Amino acid sequence: MSFIDWLGSPVNWVFLVVGLAILFSSWRVVTAKNVVHAALYLVAALGGAAILFLMLSAEFVAWVVVLVYIGAVLVLFLFGIMITRAPTGKDVGLDTPHKTSPALLSVATFVLLSWASIQAFGTTQVESVGEPTSTEVLGIALLGRFVIPFEVVSFVLLAALIGGVTIARRDLTPAEEEERRAV
Amino acid sequence: MSPYFESYLTVGAFAVLGAILVMVMLGVAAVLRPSNPTTTKMLTYECGVDPVGSGWSQSYVRYYVFGLLFVIFDVEAVFIFPWAIVLEDLGTFGLVEMFIFISVLILGLIYAVRKGVLKWE
Repeated sequence: MSFIDWLGSPVNWVFLVVGLAILFSSWRVVTAKNVVHAALYLVAALGGAAILFLMLSAEFVAWVVVLVYIGAVLVLFLFGIMITRAPTGKDVGLDTPHKTSPALLSVATFVLLSWASIQAFGTTQVESVGEPTSTEVLGIALLGRFVIPFEVVSFVLLAALIGGVTIARRDLTPAEEEERRAV
Repeated sequence: MSPYFESYLTVGAFAVLGAILVMVMLGVAAVLRPSNPTTTKMLTYECGVDPVGSGWSQSYVRYYVFGLLFVIFDVEAVFIFPWAIVLEDLGTFGLVEMFIFISVLILGLIYAVRKGVLKWE
């Protein structure tokens, strides 16, 4: 199939535009001079990823990306930026002279991931595009066949919670500890 | 085109129309209104009080723990959606599964409360 034929389908046009938008936002995430702008470009990139999931008719996953990544993880990123530096964002030390090896590493990762995906799914035809995977099917799989991984997720979340609390809390002095017990 | 894509086409059309509406309204306003900026007019509006300091200020580190807890329980909420849909079919078994899932996370919440990180001091 030639590129012109490929452009015949409007869905492919959407894919092309969204893909280019993701590429541009990702590029700006790395090159932005202001960390807050970088975080906001990451929102755009993740939003594009959500649209790609929608186009693969993975409706639930797409909205989970919006809810968890854009709604929660990015909020945490922004909090992280806002509490660490004042004035926020205008960092001078953002640039690094070491550009070659990270660039090589990124390209190598990209090539590896592309090669692996092409090897695994290169000739696979996606049958169900256009028919959304219902959340019901997902729920049955999650609580039936994959119930053990599902329960393990709660322990992973617990570990994240305890780890975060341990890092974020200030150690109390013995006097303060005593005071808290009294209350 | 399948009904699935068509329904999202509606969403996309509404998003584009909304963006155009905002641009047209702001554009018309920019053309019609008199432009006479003064220092007082250009001040950031902050509930009618003159803003203090810069908007790029540092915020309290305490917010971080609440942000973190929000992320954790947000992920938990995501798992509740598919569960809620199939709960009727699964019956008691599904209820017990989710009970285990939530009680493990409640343990974490109790830990956070006991460590006093939820206290604002």
